Order: sequence, then C-alpha cells, then structure tokens
Amino acid sequence: MKKILIVDDEPNIVMSLEYTFKKKNFEVFIARDGGEALQIAKDNIPDVVLLDIMMPNVDGYETLKKIKSNPSLKNTKVVFLSAKNKVADIEKGLKLGADKYLTKPFSVKKLVIEIEELLN
Amino acid sequence: MNNYLLITIIVIYLAFLFLIAFWAEKNSKSRWVNNPYIYVLSLAVYCSAWTYYGSVGIASQSGISFLTIYLGPVISIPLWIVVMKKIIRISKQHKISSIADFISLRYGNNRFLGALVTMICVFAIVPYISLQLKAISETFEIITDETSYVSTSVLDDSTFYIAVLLAVFVAFFGTQATDASQRRKGIMTTVAVESILKLVFFLVIGIYVTFFLFDGTTQIYEKASQLDNFREITSFNGLEAGFNWMFTIALSFFAIFLLPRQFHVAVVENDREKYLKKAIWLFPLYLLLFNVFVIFIAWGGNLTLTDEVNQDYYTLLLPLHHDNLILAMLVFLGGFSAVISMVVVSTLALSTMVSNNLIIPYGFLDKFIKSNPEKNANYIKNIRRISIFSLIIIAYFFYINFSYELSLFSIGLISFVVIAQLAPSFFIGLFWNRGSARAAKIGMIIGVFIVIYTLILPFVFNVLAENNSFVDQGLFRVELLKPYALFGIDFLSPEAHAFFWSMFFNTFSFLIFSLLSKGNYRERNYAEMFVNSSNYANLQEGAFVWKGEAYVSDIRNVLTRFLGEERTERALNLFNLKYKVSKEEERADSRLINFSEKLLTGSIGSASARILIGSVAKEQPVSLLEVLKILEESKETIATNKALKEKSNELTILTNQLKEANSELLLQDRLKDEFLDTIAHELKTPITSIKAASEVLTDGDDMPDELQSKFLNNIVTDADRLARLIHNILDLEKLSSGREELEIQSNQISSTIEKAIYGISQIADSKGINVIHKNGSETIAKYDEDRMLQVLTNLLSNALKFTEPEKGIIKVVTKEKKNEIMIIVEDNGKGVPKEDFNYIFDKFYQSKHQNIKKPMGSGLGLAISKEIIESHQGEIWIDKQYKKGARFVFTIPK
Repeated sequence: MKKILIVDDEPNIVMSLEYTFKKKNFEVFIARDGGEALQIAKDNIPDVVLLDIMMPNVDGYETLKKIKSNPSLKNTKVVFLSAKNKVADIEKGLKLGADKYLTKPFSVKKLVIEIEELLN
Repeated sequence: MNNYLLITIIVIYLAFLFLIAFWAEKNSKSRWVNNPYIYVLSLAVYCSAWTYYGSVGIASQSGISFLTIYLGPVISIPLWIVVMKKIIRISKQHKISSIADFISLRYGNNRFLGALVTMICVFAIVPYISLQLKAISETFEIITDETSYVSTSVLDDSTFYIAVLLAVFVAFFGTQATDASQRRKGIMTTVAVESILKLVFFLVIGIYVTFFLFDGTTQIYEKASQLDNFREITSFNGLEAGFNWMFTIALSFFAIFLLPRQFHVAVVENDREKYLKKAIWLFPLYLLLFNVFVIFIAWGGNLTLTDEVNQDYYTLLLPLHHDNLILAMLVFLGGFSAVISMVVVSTLALSTMVSNNLIIPYGFLDKFIKSNPEKNANYIKNIRRISIFSLIIIAYFFYINFSYELSLFSIGLISFVVIAQLAPSFFIGLFWNRGSARAAKIGMIIGVFIVIYTLILPFVFNVLAENNSFVDQGLFRVELLKPYALFGIDFLSPEAHAFFWSMFFNTFSFLIFSLLSKGNYRERNYAEMFVNSSNYANLQEGAFVWKGEAYVSDIRNVLTRFLGEERTERALNLFNLKYKVSKEEERADSRLINFSEKLLTGSIGSASARILIGSVAKEQPVSLLEVLKILEESKETIATNKALKEKSNELTILTNQLKEANSELLLQDRLKDEFLDTIAHELKTPITSIKAASEVLTDGDDMPDELQSKFLNNIVTDADRLARLIHNILDLEKLSSGREELEIQSNQISSTIEKAIYGISQIADSKGINVIHKNGSETIAKYDEDRMLQVLTNLLSNALKFTEPEKGIIKVVTKEKKNEIMIIVEDNGKGVPKEDFNYIFDKFYQSKHQNIKKPMGSGLGLAISKEIIESHQGEIWIDKQYKKGARFVFTIPK
C-alpha cells in the first residue's frame, strides 16, 4: 500500500483529495502546514508528498528543502500543488527538487494519473 | 614727590597693564574683549603725548591752530564708511598685516615698494617715538621734587627701563602668532583702557583748571583777553594762515589712514566691518572731548605761570603750582598712558613691517625654504622681537642725542609730512587702476627727498650748525631753492610748505609715470581687485591671471615650511572643497597660487609670499591684453555661470520630480501586479475546492449520503466565499477610485453600533464571547450608515476571530471629542503581531508574508474599512500601545 502525505491548509481541498486517494488504496496522511508535514513524513516515510506552497508557518518551498535534506526520505517523491502558476514559481519549485509541479485548480483524475505514473 | 615712589607707582601701573593684556588674551572670546567700544577706543591711540601735552603748548602760543590735527580725522570720518570699509575688506581677504603690505600688494606684491614704505615709516615714526620717550622723561622730572636724584647715564635713566619694559610688553603680546594679520586682543584691550584713562584724567585737569582755579570759562576768557598776545593767538591771520590751516588739516586727514599705528588699529585689528558704524560718531566725539579744555588750560597756564616754563606741561605744572600732587600724579599717569599706547602700537606695527617687508623678503627666504616649520615660526617671531627691541632702543638713543631741542608738536608734524608721502599711491591706487608700482616708487622717493630738503635738512642745520646760509639763501645761493620758500612760496609754515611741495611732486610724478608705464600684468590684476573691490569676491575667484607651470606638491612643500603639516593639509582640503578641485590634481592653477600666496602673506608679508610661491611655480608673462580679456571674460563667465547654474538647478529639480513620479508609477504598477496576483490566487483557492469536490461527487456513485452532503456543503461554502471575495474586490475598487457615492445622513452612532453588534451576536453567542457596548449617549453624527455598519462588522468579526471562545471579551466604546467622534473596538485576543502594524490596512496585507500566511476571510476587510473611513474624512488606526489584545480606533468628523 502506497503512502501519500497531503499538505494543504484548505480543509475542503484536503477532504476531496483524501477521499480520492483512499479510494485508490493509498494510505493517506494529512498535514496543515510544513512543520506538521515534516514530522509526519519522518514518522511514516510516505512514497509521495502533495505539497501546497502557501501555508502558514513553514511554507512549501521550505518543507521541500527539509524533506530533500533528510536521508531517510530520499525515495519520497514530492509534488507541488499550488495556485502559483507563474513560470518563475514553477521553475523555482522544480529547481528545488520537486518531482512535479501541478497548478490549482487541478483535475482530480489527472492528478491521480500523474501520481500513479510517478510512483511506477 | 620722591622719585622712588613715582617709580613704584609706574611699575604698579605697568603691571596693571600687563595684567589686563594677559587677561584679555586669556579671555579672547569674551564680550568684554570683542566689542565695538574696544575698537573705537583703540583708534584713540591717535592721541599721543603730542595731544596730551603738545596741544596745550601750541594753544598757549599760537591759539586754536592745535585743532587742525583733530579736524582732519573728523572730516575724514564720514569717508570711512566707503574708504575704510574697502581697505578693511581687501586687507582681511589678503591677510594684510601692515600698510607696507597693503601698498605692496596693490602694486602686484612689489617687494621693493613694501621695503620702501617700511623705510619711510621707520624714518617718520622712530623720531616720533623718541619724542614720546622724551615726554616721559620730562614729565618724570617735573613731578619728582628737585632734591631727587637726576640720572646721568643710560643705565640709571628710568626712561630707558620704561622703554625696555615697553619693548618686553610688545614682544610678549605682539608676537604670539606667526601670522601677523591676526588680532592682538591683549594689546588692544590695554590700549582701549589707556584711552579711557588718558581722556578721563585730561578732563579732570581741564575741569580743575577751568572751574576750580578759575571761575569757569567766561572768567578765564576775560582774564586771558587782557594778556599781550591774546589777539595774536585767537585770531585767524589772513589768507596765509588759512592755507596753513588747510594743509595741516589735509596732513592729519592723511595721517589717520596712513600712520602705521592707525592702520594697525583701524584695519588689522578690525574684527567686524560694522564696528565702523560706531566709530564714525564715537571717535569724533572722543576727539572733541579731548579738546574741550585745551584752550582753557593754555590760558590758565599763561595767566598763572611764567614764560620760563615749558608750555607743553601746563597740565602738570598748574596742579603742582597749587600743590595738588595727587592731581599732578593723575595727569602724569594719563600722559604716561598716551605715551605707552602710542609706543606700543607703533613699534608693533613697525616691527611687523620691518620683518615682513624688509628683513624676510631681503635675505631670509632661502633659509626658510630649507628649514622646518617650527624653526621658521620661531625665526619669524624672533625677527619681529629683535625688530621691536631695536626700534625702541634706536628711538631711545635718538631721544638721548637729538631731541632736547625739539618740541612735541614739531616732530609730530614732521613725521606726519613724511608719512603723507604714502598718500598718492595709497589713495589714488584705491580708485584708479592705472596706478603702477614704478610710479608709486618714484613718487614716494621724490616726495621724501623734497621733505628732507625743505624740512629736515634745515631743521638739522638749525640744530647742529651755526651757519644757516643754506636756509637763508638757498642751495648754491639760488633764491628759488630756499628750503623754506621753494620757488618763491614764502608765506607758509615750514611744515605746510614741505607738505605742499612734496605732495605736489609726489602726486604729479605718480600720475605721470602711471600714465607712461602701464605696469606688468600682475600689477594690473591686483589693481583691478583693489579698485573694483565691490565685485571683488567674484573677481577673486577667477581674476588672478597666472600662466605657467606649477605643481601642487611643490606648493604644498612651501606651505608646510611655514604652516606645518597639519595646517597645510587643512588649508588645502579647504581649497579643494571650496573650488571643487580633485585631491589628485597634480598641477596647480592660478587659484591655488593665489590662495597659497594669501596663506603666507600673514606670516611673511605679501612680497615674500609671492617670491616664495614664484620659486616653485614657473611663471610665464601674460600680456596686458590677455589680462584684460580674462578679467572681462571672468565677469561674463560668472554671469553665464550663474544663469546656467540656475537653469541646471531647475532641471535637477524637474528631473528629481520626474524620477519621483516614475518610481511612484513603478511602485503603483508593482502594487497593481501584486494585487492582481493575490486576487488570482485568492480566487483560485475556492475554485480549486469546488472543482475537486465536484469531480469527486461525479465519480462517487458508491459514496455514502452523509459524505455526499458534506461535499455538497463544501461546494456551497466555497461558492459563498468566492462570491464574497468578488464582492469585496469590486467594493474596494469602487471606494478607492472614488466612484462610490456615500449616502450621508444624520444617524445616532450608538444605534449603528447596536445594529452591528446584533449582526455578529449569533456567532459571538455560539463562541461564548462577550460583546460589551459602553455608551448611553445619543451622539448624532453624519455618515453613511450601511458603510459604517460594514466597518464595525469587519472590526467585530476580526475581534471574534482572534479571541478565544468562552474567554473572549470585545468592547466597543464611543468618545465624543470637540470636532470628531472616536470609536474604539478592542478585544482581549492574541493581538496583532508588531511587524504587521504597518501593513495591516494594506489590501491582502498578508501579501508581505505571502508564503506564510493565509488570509482569514478575504484579506480585504481592513483595507475596505480604511477606504470607507477616509472617504468620511475620518481616520482609522491600530493602537500600538495596547498590549492586552487588539485595539482598533477610528474617528469620523461630527
């Protein structure tokens, strides 16, 4: 069973994602900000992290850096899921080491496909 | 009086003067030392022993002709405002330290001219100083009793020791600074004090004679009119006497400008030009007071004393005759003061001239170039000190050997006539730019020779030789060459006669030679500066015409020799700053040459300064045409420069304005971009949520009903959020663009607040938060109630959001002020972070912390509230001092 960590501070969005990935047989973890996400990731070593950028306290970029610098999470894929859709933002995200950068609003179906592709 | 007692009194008095000088030097910044009265009183150094004793002597023999010596200065005084101001201004700018320096500078720093002026001054003044010493000695003898010891040699002559003490005084207080153009406040203060003393004592004796020895002025007049020679001494003896009067007045007119001591006190020691304003009425008043009683004392003396006594000393003899020793003592001290101040200032001025214009430029320059600054400063000071002692000693021996025969008045007049030889080049040179150095030299030399021939030679012959054929019959027995009646003019007094002819030939040759020889460019240059001193400041900047090669480092070396490293560095920095010259500049331009010469002038005189600077600067002659062209150009350039500067200033201002506008636009543009960005982001969040939920629902056949309705509910909330956001954005846009018209009506503020509280009461109740409205008043204000509700609701909702459930307390307070109503909404929640104080009213203020904070609500509430309050001409702010939670305050005008 693949583990997915959803990091977003918008509960409604999280709710849809949680439902979708549970249905796809993922083990779903949820975090509301970067700090929480890091703790959960360390404890559970998820296969993939869905990461929002604009969050309270620790933002997405910062969280990504920390995940990447943690050796136990070296196999964890990180996908940005953000409303920031300027080229500069996307480049920044990918440069920092994100495996994918998806913009909001997104299609749930496509998101699932992208994640599954990434994990195979 | 016992002469030891007298010596004791003299010594005490001198000590007192030392003390004053010392005190003044120490308190040189004090108001007591720096004021126009000190300046005016120091001008009274003009009144020497000649005034104090000599006037009475003249008055007793020749009547009121003693007055001429004071009429000249009085007549000249109104001119001071123009002429003296000009002289002072030029002197200050060029650090002029003596009249020799002044004349030498006017004629292009001419070395020989400076030396010539110095020699003329020494020639004129040294005998004059000896006369002053004579006055001390004679009055000393009069006042000591006949039984006293009378000196027989120099070493036990008290006058000698007094002279030496005066030399010590001048050497000590006169050479404190190397720069001779600096003020000697100690000496000037003592001179001023002495001026008061001599006037007061003279008035005391005048009043004593007139009102105590006689019964007032009328009685003296009546008695005196019965004397044999009364008519002779009180009337005006025809046209010839008129000429004598006129010439003597002219003589004293010149003297007040040209006497080295007068130039020193009036120009070198002048601190502020405005002191002249006080001088032009106070100084004539001083002279007037001094002369009020002269004639009465003279008559009183004539009536009381025999012909055998020296009339010069009536002031002493009269009180002694009546056994009033104390009064005689006071008179003696007054006369002593007059002597001291004259001797002190004269030697000071002469020593500066001798050192700066004679000794240094003729022989010490090479030495200076090789030596170091401290040594140089010492050399300069020592040269001056030696000059001071030499001058006083020479004067003393002159007195011992020659002056027994001479009266104060005659020697005084001779020295005036000699000094007057400086007048043509001095006065004409100030107003006529053609005057040249050569002409000045020739004029002066001819003038002095004529004075020697017509006045001094016969005088010496009269004293020394029995044979007076030269005087009686003329040189080579030529009638027309008779020294007292040159070319047949035989009706003038010897002094007036000498003055007339010397001035005539002096002025004539000065004018002729000036017209014949134009003088070199340097002379023309300085002439222009002196003559056009009103636009002097402008001229000075660019007018000094200098062509050639010079290096800054060479000039720096020369300056260092005299000023030392530190002062040179400071001076050059100042120069670079003033003329905006780069420090790296290697080549010196005319301005630096000019500046450096000026710096050195105070220490070594203008001619030496030029020679020194000239030694490191290879100068090339500039033709007269070039000079005139440059002068003309510099005037034009200055005008053009000024216009350009103004224009460029205008442009700079405009450019700055444009820059500001541009950066403001850029900022607005950036803010707009940011705003749009933020809006897009804010809109996307609910849309994302709606879209995701919808997709999930579309696929969710097997979804439980409960979950389904949850998703549906989410969609509704997010749609609401979206709608609210859009509404707020539009609202804000409307408000900030001013398109929104407010519906302003009179409303009761408390009822509006109640309505707002009612609107949020449900949420407040559900969170268990207590909302208190403290106000019973019925204040009415004019505002748009819907908008006001919006503001209040926003503030209240914020407060609700940031307070803890069950514990939260929100207070709304209304305060009525004079012109406005203040409404406070405060809570006991977590408050606003300090760093956000400044952004809290910005649109989406979280945007500064974009990546960190999510907006609560739309992020536009406070921005909208601010717009609303401001469109009501009110203000809204957050109370930064409030620590217990958040406190928002806003005002609206009544």
